[in-house]
Amino acid sequence: MSNTGISDAVYSCDIPAERPWSRVLARGQTLRIIDSEGQQAVDALLYCADDPAERYSAQDTLRVQGSAYIELGTHLISNKGRVMARITADTCGRHDTSAGCCACESNAVRFGETTRYQHACRENFILELSKHGLTKRDIVSNLNFFMNVPIEPSGKFTVVDGTSAPGNYVEVTADMAVLFVISNCPQVNNPCNDFNPTPIRVVVRDAPGS
Amino acid sequence: MTQSRQEIAEANRRRYEELRAAGQELTPKGLPEPTALDGAPISTDAVIHREQVPPGWYTTVRLRRGEALRLVDDTGRSSISLIGWREEDTSERINCADTVKVQWSAAISKGRVILSDMGRVLLSLIEDTSGAHDLLMGGSTPTSTRATFGVNMRNTHDNFVAAASKIGLGVRDIPPCVTFFAPVSVDDSGRFCWREGCKRPGDFVDLRSEMNLVVVASNCPHPLDPARPEASGSVTLIKHRVPPAKSDDLCRTAAPEAARAFAFTDRLFT
Repeated sequence: MSNTGISDAVYSCDIPAERPWSRVLARGQTLRIIDSEGQQAVDALLYCADDPAERYSAQDTLRVQGSAYIELGTHLISNKGRVMARITADTCGRHDTSAGCCACESNAVRFGETTRYQHACRENFILELSKHGLTKRDIVSNLNFFMNVPIEPSGKFTVVDGTSAPGNYVEVTADMAVLFVISNCPQVNNPCNDFNPTPIRVVVRDAPGS
Repeated sequence: MTQSRQEIAEANRRRYEELRAAGQELTPKGLPEPTALDGAPISTDAVIHREQVPPGWYTTVRLRRGEALRLVDDTGRSSISLIGWREEDTSERINCADTVKVQWSAAISKGRVILSDMGRVLLSLIEDTSGAHDLLMGGSTPTSTRATFGVNMRNTHDNFVAAASKIGLGVRDIPPCVTFFAPVSVDDSGRFCWREGCKRPGDFVDLRSEMNLVVVASNCPHPLDPARPEASGSVTLIKHRVPPAKSDDLCRTAAPEAARAFAFTDRLFT
């Protein structure tokens, strides 16, 4: 496939700013998420393709690894304690899974009533999940790739400027067949997208030798 | 005059920095001291229901708006993991991520609130003796008890599944939980750590219900609790009546974010 930068890609797609995306990854496939223009948060959820009641669990993931950020080597754990996928490459360095996704309702609380009618990640998730028979009920605390949220020993919790440069990427390799759902974050009220949402690119490749 | 994208971005950044300064510098200064261990007595006629939950077990409590639930760590050796749903629409439920993000803090204490996923207040911490609670790491699971103790044990995940099922809900309805009396912090290197010396027999928290709720409380050791063999001890839950919140209510006025969340919550009842 041309224009992926990866010779063995089986799928690639540019996800426009503010838009959702989803695809089932077969066991062993690797998804590369590329922050094409830099400083763009990418919200993500994973569901077991064979039984979506089993899904990514932020708290299980953090408990198993004993630390608060997603990074190279992190195992993404399901609510049944199984490894769904792992982070197999990362040129950015640190990602969040404690801050959740933006929503019209929480935006209104955080930034005032005038921000209620702005597009938000939860709107994206709801619409994308609806294609797979899932609803708001199925949305749990998500991954936030390229989102920089330091948590201090005092508990101080801040979304700060992202550190990803144009072209930085993270790779997620599936340990089971997973439905991978992305919201290319539309947030313009905090620094997670440098106040300017931009496109990202996703590329899928098969396991080596498959 | 129409603002350029650049001007809008700059204005949004300025607003964010103003909110951050207020949320992380001004708001914490206005929060009260912890409740004294012998403070905030509940008069006998205010008690609606009292129960003791043994180690490893759970209970489900229905709370009407304006009622409160006291959680007591009887021995100083327990933690209580809690989830909750809005009674009239259980797709609205506790949201730990929003609770942390909106209040600019992973630490909650007296004067703070716990939010739903719909920008409303589920519970207010109107009394709290410890301020030592976990919103990030969650409760115990079959995997965590095997890893910690080498055997299968009663655990919070299974308790939540059982409790949810008994009210017609299922695994899909179980969100990340808050765990009270679990002094978890993130150190400078990003590792979770258990702060010693933050738990005492009789520590309690009073949670005022800001909407009609169903909550599940699970009395299982927190996965990070270093007590070996397992930490154990009963916990006491006291459902009781509290005075209605006034306009100068501590939790309602602690932060502009909280004030907005309360305003949105009130709309359910007006």
